[in-house]
Amino acid sequence: MKYLCMIYSEEGAWGKMPPAEQEKWLGEYFAFSDGIKKSGHYVGSNALQPTPTATTVRVRNGKVSTTDGPFVETKEQLGGYYLIEAKDLNDAIQVAARCPGARHGSVEVRPIIEYERP
Amino acid sequence: MAEQVRHMVDAVYRSDSRRVLATLIRLVGDFDLAEEALHDAFAAAVERWPSDGVPGSPRAWLVSTGRFKAIDAMRRRARFDASVGELARRFDAAANDATELEEGDGVEDDRLRLIFTCCHPALAPDAQIALTLREVCGLTTEEIAHAFLTPAPTLAQRIVRAKAKIRDARIPYVVPTHAALPERLDQVLRVIYLVFNEGYAASSGASLTRHDLSGEAIRLGRLLVELLPEPEAMGLLALMLLHESRRVARTSPTGELVLLADQDRSLWDRDQIAEGTALVERALSSRRIGPYTLQAAIAAVHAEAASAEATDWVQIVGLYDVLERVDPTPVVELNRAVAVAMRDGPAAGLAIIDALLARGDLDDYHLAHSARADLCRRVGRTADARRSYQRALDLTRQEPERRFLERRLHELGLNV
Repeated sequence: MKYLCMIYSEEGAWGKMPPAEQEKWLGEYFAFSDGIKKSGHYVGSNALQPTPTATTVRVRNGKVSTTDGPFVETKEQLGGYYLIEAKDLNDAIQVAARCPGARHGSVEVRPIIEYERP
Repeated sequence: MAEQVRHMVDAVYRSDSRRVLATLIRLVGDFDLAEEALHDAFAAAVERWPSDGVPGSPRAWLVSTGRFKAIDAMRRRARFDASVGELARRFDAAANDATELEEGDGVEDDRLRLIFTCCHPALAPDAQIALTLREVCGLTTEEIAHAFLTPAPTLAQRIVRAKAKIRDARIPYVVPTHAALPERLDQVLRVIYLVFNEGYAASSGASLTRHDLSGEAIRLGRLLVELLPEPEAMGLLALMLLHESRRVARTSPTGELVLLADQDRSLWDRDQIAEGTALVERALSSRRIGPYTLQAAIAAVHAEAASAEATDWVQIVGLYDVLERVDPTPVVELNRAVAVAMRDGPAAGLAIIDALLARGDLDDYHLAHSARADLCRRVGRTADARRSYQRALDLTRQEPERRFLERRLHELGLNV
């Protein structure tokens, strides 16, 4: 079963970090990615540009409206994700607990629905 | 004859329905389907046992009947709804594994699986309690709602959501691995202790004790010790038994709160004390000593004292010192301060409580203010005592405790 592990953290914190510390975190993310590739959990992952780059799009009555910024403003923002394949929720929680994001922020684990096409 | 069989079915339901359910959940892979199968199996027993005779192993008969009923239900539904097809396949695979049906260790493991699944930390805390009482203890939704002063539809909704999460997020039906066990066991113990406390000192409402919940928590504690004799499981059971032993002495015939020091100790339940004390000793001898065991050890020291004055306060403070290291919380510091006041005099305890309150951790905790009030009263600082009783009174939500504090305030008023 697939789970999406979404990493939420305060995005301002990254910019304030000294370069050496940024490098340390990046190293940990690379090591984590390699680890879950080896264990067969890894399906995909991406880091996101911060929310000032976000654009929200809606279509209402056929009219496209575009607004600056994320859909909801929150204290912690979605900064990246891992899509993983796990046996069950316990397995997924173990993977999420190893993710560096769980230490500098939090990781929301959501099961993926797989629809069968008729 | 039919009447006798009916009684037999009722007795088996009371003694074994939870075990049968626990095994059916594993075989069927779904809580709702397993509950339906359990119901169908007992209905079949009522129908068939009078003519066929009561089977040699009623439990195995019920599991296998329930399993077939579930297969039927599954097949019927699969014809209408393609989405249960996957579940049906999984289920067929499990059902084919007939060896798992046999009685033995597996069946006891099923009950542990059920407990750990109901107390899974991914479920909301309220839902863990509701689900445990519903599935493990077999209480009805209405009974649980009544005990927790919650509307039944709210509680039913909680259970429905929890079951949906177990299914959709795939919370596994397993006993946690060795590495995860201590943390997961803590979670189970917390749920049991919450149920106990809800019964022992209802957080709101007129009655100080809701006996049924405490009894249910003790039953759960016993089951857990039987299935998984870990020291802290024993410690929690001991703690609950030792608290429960004082139930009758804790309230006066008119429903007023009676403090430990003023209780009629001849009313304490000696059997529960003996059982609790023996469990504490077993847990302590494991050398893996946790907070429940330490709290139970403290309760055991109280239980063996003939009076409040005769209590071994030196030993109690010593146990609190260890507890404070294992579980450094403000509430533990507060309780230790009260014990220090008994060992070294009220002024010593007061100094600790004042420092604690100055840190701001316990400012909203009514027992911190009533403890401070009591010590102020004993050193003759009446105005301070009155202020603290008033603060405690503003914070408490329990009727008997309100009346107790009002009585104390009234006594102080007359002394001025």
